[in-house]
Amino acid sequence: MTFYGVSLTSRLMLGTAQYPSPTILRQAIAASGAEVVTVSLRREGAEGAGFRDILVQSGCHILPNTAGCHSVKEAVTTAHMARELFRTNWVKLEVIGHADTLQPDPFALVEAARILCAEGFEVFPYTTEDLIVGEKLVEAGCRVLMPWGAPIGSGQGLRNIDGLRSMRAHFRDLPLVIDAGIGAPSQAALAMELGFDAVLLNTAVAKATDPVAMAGAFGQAVAAGRAAHDAGLMPRRDMASASTPIFGMAELG
Amino acid sequence: MRIELNGESLTTEAATLAGLLVERGFDPNSVATAIDGDFVPRSLRADTALQDGVKVEVLSPMQGG
Repeated sequence: MTFYGVSLTSRLMLGTAQYPSPTILRQAIAASGAEVVTVSLRREGAEGAGFRDILVQSGCHILPNTAGCHSVKEAVTTAHMARELFRTNWVKLEVIGHADTLQPDPFALVEAARILCAEGFEVFPYTTEDLIVGEKLVEAGCRVLMPWGAPIGSGQGLRNIDGLRSMRAHFRDLPLVIDAGIGAPSQAALAMELGFDAVLLNTAVAKATDPVAMAGAFGQAVAAGRAAHDAGLMPRRDMASASTPIFGMAELG
Repeated sequence: MRIELNGESLTTEAATLAGLLVERGFDPNSVATAIDGDFVPRSLRADTALQDGVKVEVLSPMQGG
């Protein structure tokens, strides 16, 4: 799997927020096998220095986000600040349309993506499964799309499987990452079985009773789902079909 | 001069953005800066004069999803 020329082995991308402690965050990243972690920019808090150390020690690629931005300008300025601080052109572009639903604002998203791509950013847009919005993002210069599974932090899994399946078919050669809404490893495995390239999640690990164990479970689920996709799933049938041969069966009745 | 720093109103003696960071004890290499919503690159901080009433944001890496 390649994002903007960077080859990755793990198809699980992990958020770094909401963990019970920095130690658990560090262990969860390691247990997940993730090679990409998302981070944000905020006003300095007490734990800032320790967090930077964890990022460096993890050896992961850093994907800064624009979480919480509601306008094009906020998102673009945040991206600029992140690029200087993290020395990466990668940015997970979020332009939120509504404070309660955290649904992306597709109009502002496309506009911000256009500006940032033109400035050399490598944009990972948090979007919906809408095909036209996806096309506009690609036109803007995005070479990865990140459709939501469900609203951020909701843990509902893939709310519109048919829509996501259409998106996968429509953008056949573009890396697609399911970002947000994943609550359980089975949901992550399903995303991979559908042919998505990767899964990005945070809350499902951070808010688990044992985040480190859950990180490992997600790592295995994503790997299993991808292996299943590569192996080729059997076609679904409406009726039963005996798996044991009828031929050669004894007459005993 | 009165300015707003990360949402808090304060009085500063600093004439430039670079001076403000020193005055307030920030590590200049581990923060990113913006004034009135516009990014100010590290290389321009020393030449960026503070004006009365500006809103300065000084941001650091934080946990995010």
